Amino acid sequence: MSTDIIINKVRSNPKFAELVHKRNSLAFSLTIAVLVLYFGFILLVGYAKGFLATPIGSNLMTFGVPIGIGVIVGAFVLTGIYVRKANAEFDTLTAQIVEETK
Amino acid sequence: MNRVLTLLTTAALTALPTVAMAAGVAADDIKKQATNFPAIIMFVIFVGITLGITYWAARRTKSAAAFYTAGGGITGGQNGLAIAGDYMSAASFLGITGLVYGSGYDGLIFSVGWLVGWPIVTFLVAEQLRNLGKFTFADVASFRFAQTPIRTLAACGSLVTVAFYLIAQMVGAGKLIQILFGLPYLWAVIIVGVLMIVYVTFGGMTATTWVQIIKAVLLLGGATFMALMVLIKFGFSPEALFKAAVDIHPKKVAIMGPGSLITDPISAISLGMALMFGTAGLPHILMRFFTVKDAKAARKSVFYATGFIGYFYILTFIMGFGAIALIAGNTANPAENPFLDQALVAAGKDAIAAIKGGSNMAVMHLANAVGGEYFLGFIAAIAFATILAVVSGLALAGASAISHDLYASVFKHGKAAEADEMRVSKIASVALGFLAVGLGIAFENQNVAYMVGLAFAIAASCNFPVLLMSVFWKGMTTRGAFIGGFLGLISAVALVVTGPTVWVKVLGNAAALQPYDNVAIFSMPIAFIGIWLFSLLDNSARAAEDKAGFEAQYIRCQTGIGAAGAASH
Repeated sequence: MSTDIIINKVRSNPKFAELVHKRNSLAFSLTIAVLVLYFGFILLVGYAKGFLATPIGSNLMTFGVPIGIGVIVGAFVLTGIYVRKANAEFDTLTAQIVEETK
Repeated sequence: MNRVLTLLTTAALTALPTVAMAAGVAADDIKKQATNFPAIIMFVIFVGITLGITYWAARRTKSAAAFYTAGGGITGGQNGLAIAGDYMSAASFLGITGLVYGSGYDGLIFSVGWLVGWPIVTFLVAEQLRNLGKFTFADVASFRFAQTPIRTLAACGSLVTVAFYLIAQMVGAGKLIQILFGLPYLWAVIIVGVLMIVYVTFGGMTATTWVQIIKAVLLLGGATFMALMVLIKFGFSPEALFKAAVDIHPKKVAIMGPGSLITDPISAISLGMALMFGTAGLPHILMRFFTVKDAKAARKSVFYATGFIGYFYILTFIMGFGAIALIAGNTANPAENPFLDQALVAAGKDAIAAIKGGSNMAVMHLANAVGGEYFLGFIAAIAFATILAVVSGLALAGASAISHDLYASVFKHGKAAEADEMRVSKIASVALGFLAVGLGIAFENQNVAYMVGLAFAIAASCNFPVLLMSVFWKGMTTRGAFIGGFLGLISAVALVVTGPTVWVKVLGNAAALQPYDNVAIFSMPIAFIGIWLFSLLDNSARAAEDKAGFEAQYIRCQTGIGAAGAASH
């Protein structure tokens, strides 16, 4: 089958629009979430060193330690959310589009 | 063979502490040797196994697809480990623990930055690469554009990134082996160069991937053990660990918060941008997404890799603090501390600054302190293996840029015979091996740390913008990508060279031409604005063609229809 026919078939399939819309909105929102999470942390490092260095209660542990580790864990969790959603939803849609294009 | 046997016998003998103890004064000498032999033996075992794998891989590496991508037969889990292996370089293993040792919390800031690039790779790059590319990220960046300019740009971006990363690894290897194995710097660099050539030339991506997987497992295992031992010593109480560290560290409680590493917000943001987006532009990492069979496996592999890397960075934080407490604080009197350079102690240096071999050796001394000399040998062998594996991955990425992008696409206009392309890639691997050894020797006494940062800045300012815009922005044209990409590359290099570290400390000038060492905050926008502006101004016939090609690319990118086959050829 020629490429043009494939393009037309995929383009006219409403599931393609659905896939693109769903995937892009998830990917872009999660990207923004990571940017906010990380640059929020970096802004604290740049502008609020004192806060990060503040001990929690009477401990030596500062707010900075759980926040820093939290960003690492948070980044992993966000990745997991995307992968889960993509495995369940996007792959099914993609498989249907590929099937209907044949 | 006889020499190996002698080594083994000596090691076996020194394993009996009573024998060494009974020898009295001589015990010290035996002890010093024992530090070397276990490390050398374990390294020899690692090399033996990896050479076996290379032999096995060589028989399967008959096609270009096998050479560049292991025939697409790597699973998501395996690739996750291999990516983690590529990323957990000696720079992060020795460097971050060293940074935590020297400055405490600052090390964690770096770890966080190094990790947060991975979600970006997952969301914006991994599946797109798998669906659009075949062997190199330039396949993707040049998908709908004029091949010659974009391949040239991508190959330059790849090779410059690889070169700086490679220098940092080679110098690190030489220094490490000098200290740990007692071998001369030159030998160490040559050993790394030769082994790298063998792995890459004969075993291609299959061997490189398995070397990386084995190393990743060993490194994660070793680091887990060390962190556990530290936690056990402090009864699994972070407070107790922090207390011991704060008590001994000359910066005292300041190690619990951000310190002098980040002096101003601009630098902080700039560093963050380079680390975050640079990850999504490292050619040796991007190449790994072609080794799996489809977009799903690509996505899965980044998820695993993110988990492994995040876990590893949390361990480096524990190990760094453990090193402060157990190495600098090994004895109440620094003059009796076996981990300190007594000449430095006598010169009035504090326990942190006087550490033998510099702060990058902190994790090595920690291995010795918590696991004894044999464990030190094990960790030393892993550290060497780490460098070897990362260097091999870099060499393969560099060789691919030369053979697949420059030779086959630019010089032969896509008409190169597969056998010729493979021959060029092997010649390129050998040449890169020699180059790496040469650079390793040339940069022996330079500050290595900034080079990894520079590699990330270039990846973030050239490779990443071109890749991202080519996939997501219909309006990008060949001319826009070419000019914008080169502006990013040139501005990143120029700004780093004129900054304080290179201009003053490396080149010996009196004052820096501009105050920033972290330059991505300037060079990244230069690249993106350059791409946007010059694409917008581009009214050529080629530009119309570039834009017309977007839809077909987008459909393949989103659905994988027409993506390069994954089966082994």
